[in-house]
Amino acid sequence: MTAYFWIQLAVMAGVTYLVRMLPLVIFRKKIENRFIRSFLHYIPYAVLAAMTFPAVFSSTGGGLWSALAGLIVAVVLAFFERGLVTVALCACAAVFLAEWLPTLL
Amino acid sequence: MAACENRFAKGLRDGVPIALGYLSVSFTFGMMAAAGGLPTAFIVAISMTNLTSAGQFAGLSLMLSGGAYAEMALAQLVINLRYALMSVSLSQKLHKSVRLFDRFWIAFGNTDEIFAVASGQSASVGSRYMFGLIALPYIGWALGTFLGAAANSLLPEGLRSALGIAIYGMFLAIFIPPMKKSGAVAAVVLTAAGLSCAFHYLPFLQSVSSGFVIIICAVAAAALGAIIKPVSEKEGTA
Repeated sequence: MTAYFWIQLAVMAGVTYLVRMLPLVIFRKKIENRFIRSFLHYIPYAVLAAMTFPAVFSSTGGGLWSALAGLIVAVVLAFFERGLVTVALCACAAVFLAEWLPTLL
Repeated sequence: MAACENRFAKGLRDGVPIALGYLSVSFTFGMMAAAGGLPTAFIVAISMTNLTSAGQFAGLSLMLSGGAYAEMALAQLVINLRYALMSVSLSQKLHKSVRLFDRFWIAFGNTDEIFAVASGQSASVGSRYMFGLIALPYIGWALGTFLGAAANSLLPEGLRSALGIAIYGMFLAIFIPPMKKSGAVAAVVLTAAGLSCAFHYLPFLQSVSSGFVIIICAVAAAALGAIIKPVSEKEGTA
């Protein structure tokens, strides 16, 4: 292990931490501007949606069809407001079945 | 002052599904890093100091190919800039009782998933809740990395493949229910998802790095939501 790797590790960790820490420490008062408050209200949904699509389509080892099976199960269960763990595990089970069942034929 | 969610135990419980999801992702990271020839202690040190998936995978390939320090700094900045957006949002979600000192620690644990779960609370959140929420995912992230690095393939391939979708299942469970109650949230989600797909599939947009894509899509979609339906005074931030 050379110093190079440890310095790269420090650079990685330092930049990642600063990006997270500065806004949280700088914005300590309630923001009054209505547009900005509304914007921040919608940010979590927007971030999660952008991270989920289209990444979910290639999230499994078995290709698009098994991912679609998991996605459909997750969307239906989420629509009926099941908990996070239930939705996540059932999506995994659907992917597993979609990849395993064809091997039986 | 509005209600405040500040139970450590509730935080721990909410962190369980995140920790489980992290086990499989960090397991993969550990395996990849070990395959690249790095020692286990160093690999675990990366996970314990960074706590971010995309940034670590990018950083790993960069250091294995001998990239420059400045290159590493820029790559991490671009990939992780979305956290700045989340930290601004989280800063409004934290209860006013959260001390400055605590904010330095909470910032370290502000990952996609922890941010998502904290945002999903109906009340504002306190330090104890946040520390509880961060604890198990942090352990899961470090432990998964260690297991992946130590034993190159512990899980059978079929199971590892299926676990890849777990994190997205969680995300869907967070943003689909509020879409039913609010047309504006539905519009925001569909816009962000549509834009994100456009960046991925349209040839002339593919060159934009994935870190920027998430920022561009999220900012555009959230701004649209703020224009079509500004939140009322008492609603506060999500």
